[in-house]
Amino acid sequence: MTSYITRRILLAIPVLIGLLVVTFFLVRLIPGDPCTAILGEKATPAACRSFDQRYGLDDPIPVQLVIYVKQIFQGNLGDSLQSSRPVTQIMVERLPLTIELTVTALFLAVLIGIPLGLLSARRHNSAADVATMTFANIGVSMPVFWLGLLLQYLFALILKDTFFALPPSGRLSAGVLPVPFYEVWGWAVNTHTMWGGFLEFIGEFAIFNAFITGDWHLLWDAVTHLILPGIALATIPLAIIARITRSSLLEVLGKDYIRTARAKGALERRVVAKHAFRNAMLPVVTIVGLQLGLLLGGAVLTETVFNLSGVGKSLYEAITARDYAVIQGFVVVIASGYVIVNLLVDISYGFLDPRIRYE
Amino acid sequence: MSDRISASDPEIERLEGMAPEPGQLLDQPTSVWRTALRRFLHRKISIAGMVLVGLMAVMAIFAPLIAPYGPNEVLIGKQDVRRFEDPCIHLLGCPESQPQHILGLDENVRDLFSRIVYGSRVSLTLGLSTVTVAIVIGAALGAIAGYRGGWVDNILMRLMDVVLGFPGFLLAIAIVAVLGPGLRNTLIALAVVTIPQYARVMRASVLSIKEVDYVAASRALGASSSRILLTRIAPNAITPLIVLGTLGIASAILEAAGLGFLGLGAQPPLAEWGTMLAENRNRVFSDPHLVFFPGLAIMITVLGFNLIGDGLRDALDPALNE
Repeated sequence: MTSYITRRILLAIPVLIGLLVVTFFLVRLIPGDPCTAILGEKATPAACRSFDQRYGLDDPIPVQLVIYVKQIFQGNLGDSLQSSRPVTQIMVERLPLTIELTVTALFLAVLIGIPLGLLSARRHNSAADVATMTFANIGVSMPVFWLGLLLQYLFALILKDTFFALPPSGRLSAGVLPVPFYEVWGWAVNTHTMWGGFLEFIGEFAIFNAFITGDWHLLWDAVTHLILPGIALATIPLAIIARITRSSLLEVLGKDYIRTARAKGALERRVVAKHAFRNAMLPVVTIVGLQLGLLLGGAVLTETVFNLSGVGKSLYEAITARDYAVIQGFVVVIASGYVIVNLLVDISYGFLDPRIRYE
Repeated sequence: MSDRISASDPEIERLEGMAPEPGQLLDQPTSVWRTALRRFLHRKISIAGMVLVGLMAVMAIFAPLIAPYGPNEVLIGKQDVRRFEDPCIHLLGCPESQPQHILGLDENVRDLFSRIVYGSRVSLTLGLSTVTVAIVIGAALGAIAGYRGGWVDNILMRLMDVVLGFPGFLLAIAIVAVLGPGLRNTLIALAVVTIPQYARVMRASVLSIKEVDYVAASRALGASSSRILLTRIAPNAITPLIVLGTLGIASAILEAAGLGFLGLGAQPPLAEWGTMLAENRNRVFSDPHLVFFPGLAIMITVLGFNLIGDGLRDALDPALNE
């Protein structure tokens, strides 16, 4: 088991290096040079020379790559070409929102998708099953951004002034200013240190921050702003999870050992809960892990529709502005996260199903 | 377990598993296909999918006959109409004196229904051609990897892992950013992102067949590698590719619309559904019809291909063939 995990991690390293190198070159293939894109009319040849020198863009590309890799190991992702701020700083501000959004969506998808799938499989071919699967088929076919716009229309216009009204966009209501928990608790924090940066990062999780500081008004505001984007982003994964749960449970329920359990007189509830559920969950876990990629892609669209300044929107803006450093940093972090989550999913198989042999 | 890095998608794994067992290879090809067809037509979802896709296909083929106006025909000056006019349907009580626009008018006083009808041409062509390109390249790479084995296989498949390591839509955005926005580059980006899926499925099929007797016999007779791949191996690998390809059309249409929505896909004034949504998204509270109908068109088309894909998979899966 340990040797399997070690081997798995070692195998992930070339993929991560590949991601890094591919991103590095892909970013430099984007047509148009950063200097003209960012300085605009002020981009005289002299200004561009000093700009390129300042950001190391006048070095040969292989040298740039070596410098970049060195920096990464020092926890430095370079400075944004646009705002001259460290990419890590931008990430501290933007990543928490996207994490909150994707985690909310994933929670919704799992908490609703799995029970729907189970229900559907247990009442195979019933009206509930047909309804669930119709819903699932429509769910996977819906454009995220369209669903987002429809939800805005429904909850912010049609249901306006009712109990169900929800804010159409933004992270918090206008005028609401969250105070980070370390300030509430009177800690002296220097955000330029590693530890301070980490605390700042944690403080940027609006929901979590409001919760631990006990600011219920702020918590409510943050949660209500995340509901619609969360639903929009969750719909496709929810439908996929419901379908996989259903087909997987149906397959397991057809196995011999289930028939044995039933023949022994076990209650149907017990057969499903004790004998079938765990085995049926294996493919579901894989799919949940894979949804992360889908969620991150969907986050770009959701953040655009709901006007949220998260990673997706920053990445999109960085691409338009040819901000190499930001694009690189974000893509490397996102892709590494994706590879690592899938690694964890693979490893978790062993704990879910001891029959799996790691050769 | 194979030593892939990305967790394997059970959907793709199931398709990899659809590679025929050595014993059951093309004994009676016609009967296999006939059974599959019968099973396919027996499912309600396949029929529903065929109806939806058929509807869109008819719209695309006969667009000039169905659409009352041209996709970019500006009606100002020709009719007494305003921008953003609400739908007017004579059958539903709209006065006969007004010109009929069943889905209303957009910002540039163009007939929304006509634009949606012409939009079906863009989306269907894009979906079909993206998947064709991806299948051809992906299947070729997968076939080479599986057939040659060794370091060729290793390098190709690690490369595929790197592509799969990126969240697909984000990689597509990055590629379009490199190549520049537009329909052709959308096609390239979406094809590149999906190539690894087809490569993996093809490779699995090739691996399961390449040591079978009749392949060995062909080789002994001196057939070239490409001939063996094309005439002996490819026909057996085709079913999983068809299923994956049908579902791939659905996601290609969906993602192309997403790129269009971000302004990276088809460019205005081309009548592409995602781009139409982007143009009108700020009107969602005042003129919801401009947002509702293009999205509905995307959903119907994608749903149609998804249903056909599901129907095909159930019909062609040998595990269910009892």
